[in-house]
Amino acid sequence: MRITLAGAFVDDQQKALRFYTETLGFRVKHNIPLGEHSWITVVSEEAPEGTEFLLEPAAHPAVGPFRKALVEDGIPYTSFAVDDVEAEHERLVAKGVRFVQPPTDLGTVITAVFDDTCGNLIQIMEEKAQP
Amino acid sequence: MRHVDVYRAIADRTRRAILDELVDRSGQSLFEICGRLTMKHGISSSRQAISQHLEVLEAAGLVRTRREGRSKLHWFVGAPLKAIGQRWPDSTDEDTSHSTEEDIEK
Repeated sequence: MRITLAGAFVDDQQKALRFYTETLGFRVKHNIPLGEHSWITVVSEEAPEGTEFLLEPAAHPAVGPFRKALVEDGIPYTSFAVDDVEAEHERLVAKGVRFVQPPTDLGTVITAVFDDTCGNLIQIMEEKAQP
Repeated sequence: MRHVDVYRAIADRTRRAILDELVDRSGQSLFEICGRLTMKHGISSSRQAISQHLEVLEAAGLVRTRREGRSKLHWFVGAPLKAIGQRWPDSTDEDTSHSTEEDIEK
């Protein structure tokens, strides 16, 4: 058994596709129209054959209250790995991304949390080199 | 909201650690506070428990919350502690060498 797909609920799939590709820098893997919505996945440029991230419609009525409660407490929906949180923070802020938590050194990791403009908070995490 | 005595509010190690972290950076979410307590202080209480600690601190006037976007963030308010310092100034004993700030428990 392997994990090949992860994802998040997004308010607007086309807006999310733009944010996750143009702003974050992921690459489209699949974009298949399925009636009202589409099956849209993105992958990392660093691992195009790796885990796909699904931009799933947030149409189900349970999604709204669920995500509202997470965002209220600042809880990220998922987390992406980066080599340098400071550099990513700088790059994304320059593109207009709003961070709810700037880079924070937590000992073994450095993390930051931003708003994906589609209803989710996303964490980026850098594992610090162990001395 | 009910009022909480400031002395009771700071009579707890976890709540003092929360204040330390909010002094380190203003405007934190519950998630960030929990992460800092776990990773920096080894305090692994549940999110719900930390949320209740924050309510006590807020009721004592030591923490203020504000909504930013759709998130609820927390700020430290030092005024109630300053009032304690004014009530009991440094010392009335000329020889203070036996007591230092280091004696204060974290």
